[in-house]
Amino acid sequence: MPLMHIEAVGGVGEDRGSLPPTVNMSYWRTVAWRLGRDPATLVAGTVLLLIALSAVLAPWLAPYDPNSGSIRLRLAPVGTSAHVLGTDEQGRDMLSRLLWGGRMTLVAGLTPVLVAFVLGTVLGVFAGYIGGLTNTIVMRTMDIFYAFPAVLLAIAISGALGPGLPNTLISLSIVFVPRVVRVAESATVQVKGLEYIAAARASGAGVRQIMRHHLLANVLGPILVFASTQVSLSIILAAGLSFLGLGVTPPAAEWGLMLNTLRQSIYVNALVPALPGLAIFVTSMAFNLASDGLRDAMEIRA
Amino acid sequence: MTTGNGRTPLLEARRLRKHFPLRGGLLQRTYAWVRAVDDVSFDVYPAETLGIVGESGCGKSTLARLILRLIESDAGTLRFGGEDVRSASAPRMKRLRRDMQLVFQDPYASLNPRLTIEDAVAFSLLVHGTPRGEARERARALLSRVGLDPRLYGRRYAHELSGGQRQRVNIARALVLDPKLLVLDEPVSALDKSIQAQVLNLLQDLKAERALTYVFISHDLNVIEYVSGRVLVMYLGQVVETGTADALAESPKHPYTQALFAAAPSMDPDLRMDRPPITGDPPNPINPPSGCRFRTRCAFAMPRCADGPPALLPVGPTHDVACYLYQ
Repeated sequence: MPLMHIEAVGGVGEDRGSLPPTVNMSYWRTVAWRLGRDPATLVAGTVLLLIALSAVLAPWLAPYDPNSGSIRLRLAPVGTSAHVLGTDEQGRDMLSRLLWGGRMTLVAGLTPVLVAFVLGTVLGVFAGYIGGLTNTIVMRTMDIFYAFPAVLLAIAISGALGPGLPNTLISLSIVFVPRVVRVAESATVQVKGLEYIAAARASGAGVRQIMRHHLLANVLGPILVFASTQVSLSIILAAGLSFLGLGVTPPAAEWGLMLNTLRQSIYVNALVPALPGLAIFVTSMAFNLASDGLRDAMEIRA
Repeated sequence: MTTGNGRTPLLEARRLRKHFPLRGGLLQRTYAWVRAVDDVSFDVYPAETLGIVGESGCGKSTLARLILRLIESDAGTLRFGGEDVRSASAPRMKRLRRDMQLVFQDPYASLNPRLTIEDAVAFSLLVHGTPRGEARERARALLSRVGLDPRLYGRRYAHELSGGQRQRVNIARALVLDPKLLVLDEPVSALDKSIQAQVLNLLQDLKAERALTYVFISHDLNVIEYVSGRVLVMYLGQVVETGTADALAESPKHPYTQALFAAAPSMDPDLRMDRPPITGDPPNPINPPSGCRFRTRCAFAMPRCADGPPALLPVGPTHDVACYLYQ
């Protein structure tokens, strides 16, 4: 949606159709209103909602125990009666495993980004606002992490900490914090130099009041958009770690791990091993589309 | 120094100085200094308008920020109502800030895009402990005084207003604390000519109503002449001439002031010139010329001008100039 300019006088502009119903809506209400009018975002949002619901309701939705299989029913094709999505190499129901696996994947995808959003915003805004030596120390420390490619860093930390979900979360958080810090710092430095911050200082406002009323309100948006783009990457990295045996440990169901164990069966039954990959693809795609929509909706002229 | 007929000045600046370090390299070593404001002295008397005029980069905006202590000066003294501003403690400074406010140049960067204009104006009051309801009430009253109907505009955001309307909000925000001194940093430079006139008239009315004192910074001589009682002409961080607006307009003494007046656009075709009175850009304030800083562009430069900077000396009862032509 293009940037809109709202005529100050009256409010009876010709392009009324692209304007929110009331001109005086608060910023976040306008964003929500614009999100609701973007078809791609609506579709992505619905997909995400369904995935989240299926993950939460997995214990009730799954027809079988995801961890018990039958040797006689290994690698049943998609469409087998009683096993709609077939079975894996140990004869476990794929539908049940995908539902349960979604829980792990979502936790592994969202938690590191959430941790990074909170920690990264605090560090970045702090470094950006204080400036000087503090800024140099914080930002150069973050640069050290930037020296490693994300995947390599995640593997290295996970390898050092050992497999398991908590360690996966820790290593992925370490991957994402420096990225968020960078975005938060640059947004803060940019806003800090604007005249309304100087005006607030001239009125006698303290650092805390300026941060709360003037700074955070203007930097949280861009940081949030950036963090949302990292969710899909986090999902893929988490699945990748599991695939390499550094993430979730068997027999737990997790999409990346399922992809790993089904790998050898691809010549026997191509479709069943592809299912966890498809699930990862759809989920990360939906997160990407939703974050694109969020970015567009928040691009309101300042 | 120009006298104020024995009155005590509201604002007193003596040899105010700000040099910005230029840092570079791995260790952020300082390799040069930008001499933005160099030993500037002046007085501002109650209820007058002191105009400060000069080219871009002559240190006008830095001076505005030094006066309000938004940046710390390196040397000199600054007194407001007899009180030392530079050494004021944090709580004293917060008190002082109620009495001196700034109106910014850029109507776009000077309003927080996430606040309604009502809240933007009320914010300063909240900072000083006014209850929210009363603050909002006073903000609305002031918005209506500067010509923005609060019922129509109060709940709007800055991006919904035009440049002129935003500048009115800026003025309301600066006035909401009932200051004695208003520093106006190019308040109309970003506006159309027709809007400029409206805003200037509003500023003149407000000044009379509220017995305000203005420090009015502009690069536009026409604007400065219109609003100011006394004028300070700055060149490369230094004051080159000061006097009443009339004295300066009638007989500008410093070659730079003469050039500024000659360069001001005129409606009279007989007064138009074929060639600009001065050419080129001001020299780099990182390494200003020795002696008189204007000598590199001055048509009357003499060998003496390179010897040392000329002092600001009186040429009339309220007219001082820093030039060897008159010494």
